[in-house]
Amino acid sequence: MADNNPFPGENNTGHIWDDNIRELSNPPPGWWMISFWASIAFFIGYGVLYPFLPIGEEPTKGILGWTQIGEFNKGLDEVNAVRAPYEAKIKDLTAKQILEDDSLTTYTIASSKVLFGDFCAPCHGGGGQGGPEYPVLVDDNWLYGGTVETIEQTITNGRKATMTAHANILKPEEMEALVKSIMDGKPTEEPLYAAKGCIACHGADGKGLQVLGAANLTDKIWRFPAQDQAESVRHTIMHGVNFAGDPKTREAIMPAFGERLSKDDVKKLAVYVYKLGAGQ
Amino acid sequence: MGSSNTDSGSADKALDDIYDDYQQWELNTGGETIHAKRVSGFWRNLKWLTGSTWLLFFLGYFVRWGDRQAVFFDIGNRQFHIFNFTILPQDFWMLSLLLLFFALLLAASTALFGRVYCGFFCFQTIWTDVYTWIEEKLEGAPAKRRKIDKAKMDFTKFRIKFVKHALWLIIGFVTGVSFVAWFYDGIQLWKDIFSFQVGSTAIITISMFTVGTYVLAGFLREQTCFWLCPYARIQAVMIDTTSAVVTYDFHRGEPRGRIKKGQSEEERTTGDCVECLQCIAVCPTGVDIRHGSQEGCINCALCIDACDAVMKKINRPTGLIRYESLDEIEGKEARSLFKRPRVWIYGAIMSLALLGIAYGLSTIDAIELKVLHDRQPLFVLQSDGSIQNKYILKILNKIDKDVSVTISATGPEGLKIIGADKPVKAHHGKINPHTVFVRVPGENLTAETEPIVFRIDTVATGKEIFFSDRESIFIGPRR
Repeated sequence: MADNNPFPGENNTGHIWDDNIRELSNPPPGWWMISFWASIAFFIGYGVLYPFLPIGEEPTKGILGWTQIGEFNKGLDEVNAVRAPYEAKIKDLTAKQILEDDSLTTYTIASSKVLFGDFCAPCHGGGGQGGPEYPVLVDDNWLYGGTVETIEQTITNGRKATMTAHANILKPEEMEALVKSIMDGKPTEEPLYAAKGCIACHGADGKGLQVLGAANLTDKIWRFPAQDQAESVRHTIMHGVNFAGDPKTREAIMPAFGERLSKDDVKKLAVYVYKLGAGQ
Repeated sequence: MGSSNTDSGSADKALDDIYDDYQQWELNTGGETIHAKRVSGFWRNLKWLTGSTWLLFFLGYFVRWGDRQAVFFDIGNRQFHIFNFTILPQDFWMLSLLLLFFALLLAASTALFGRVYCGFFCFQTIWTDVYTWIEEKLEGAPAKRRKIDKAKMDFTKFRIKFVKHALWLIIGFVTGVSFVAWFYDGIQLWKDIFSFQVGSTAIITISMFTVGTYVLAGFLREQTCFWLCPYARIQAVMIDTTSAVVTYDFHRGEPRGRIKKGQSEEERTTGDCVECLQCIAVCPTGVDIRHGSQEGCINCALCIDACDAVMKKINRPTGLIRYESLDEIEGKEARSLFKRPRVWIYGAIMSLALLGIAYGLSTIDAIELKVLHDRQPLFVLQSDGSIQNKYILKILNKIDKDVSVTISATGPEGLKIIGADKPVKAHHGKINPHTVFVRVPGENLTAETEPIVFRIDTVATGKEIFFSDRESIFIGPRR
């Protein structure tokens, strides 16, 4: 073919069709070919070293033994190594002792944020601001007490208070009299308060008994806040709280976390909640 | 240059020598190394002088201030020290003003004098100048250099080339070390280098600078100015006919032509340009300035020196190539600065930038307070009817030691801060977060949000007391 090439000197391959359509040989530049072969070499090298061919149940493993989960665990180990000295200290201390140490407190708050978000925030809100029917954790009103020990106890064992439904006990006018006195913040001045047994749980001063989780009726904070607060109070008196047999009763149950969380995690959460703003 | 006893003979010899340098140049894409001739003269000396400002770069980091380097960009600790000022990342807005200043300084100087920066200050041209100076010292004049480039490798050539490249690499290395020294303790860096204790970041940076300098100044040279540097590309919009640039006076020079031997000055039909091509021979970027202002011209003015030398030799007035605006070459009057808004608008922006920096430096706080109002919840009702807000105070301490600060606040009547009864420790060079709660009796609140001002004072340990305050808001229930 080369003998009678009609287009000499233009680096065609000698393949010519229809008189003038011919194949030219224009190889890519050297640097391009080098990087082309280099990338193929890389491809093979990578395949040997790392998980590669998805054949069978699992891909080929590669001689380095690298895995994603392995790398993840390595990162986790690094984090745990940083945390270890603090965690070791926390293990031997009570929540109260943690609070006495500033740097430990700072560590505890920082490391419990995720715990709080996972286990507490769904009901109590991300910042402890409470939710509909769920208590606020950042005010100074504690149903069961706001010391770090009681908070720890609350988280470990949970809480469930009961209040009798009074729908069938009180006459409508008695109900109204009680609602009014509670709305005024002076329940003790209403004779029915003592006569109908409210005093047994809410106390002679109307400030509630923390051992029973009975609400303080004299302060500005409502356990079940609502637009129409009087209606909410009436509802609570009529149907009670956690009162079996009344489907309309208020449900107010704090679940126990003692078995779901480790002792240290509970301790840390207690410190976190205590430091949210209102620990006593 | 040869010398002869008779006057005409020496002139002819000089001419012959000049024409020997004739070379036709085309678009320079680096196919052939440019071996520029070196001539002495006013502009040559000026270039050495302005270029020597770069000695500051090599020596400046040896200046000490107290127990540290006077100018020290401490990236690890996120602190920049410039003499007695310490600048933290929070003050970095000043850096943007500084960059603005220099960007406009470049624009303003270009509008006034063309690419003086390129010709007299740019590291690329200065370093290249030094590299070619070394080359000339070792290899000789341009013709010799071309010869040695073409010659076969033998011991002499190898020795010359080896010394040259070694010197180039040493300069590159010192350049790299000097760069890193501003971010490291310079003296310590040299010690660490000789005891092989330099960290990997410094090694990588120094290597990059060594190789970069060696390649850019040794090999790429004017190709960098032609095809890498963006400044050459935008210069066309930065100069106008009033900008003084290196210009060939074509009215005087054209039509150019060689001197005819024996022809008297009266019979001459050509212009002043004798087509000696000295302007091209000395040009470090290899352009022909007689084509007018062009992207390859870095305004180094070395062609002026070359042309003036020739004009003196042939007894014609100097300044055929000179530093002048196109307007003046065309015989128009030079426009006064007042009628050049480009220049004074640049000037105004530069002054504003400088004022901003001066303001910033004079008002740098020793301590600084930022206040974050907690948003979840915005406020909390307390049992006594008071409203509580949570704030995270971020206390930035720019003093060089740890201090304690007291926290106070003024705002709605009857406010009480919880968590600020004791002074708070603020570590130096750090942002120290501290949480406080503020309680205000509900009846004292008159609006949904009210202003509250936090203030921190350092507890006096020395003679100076610093304070900083910051306004935030106190949020209560909707009214």
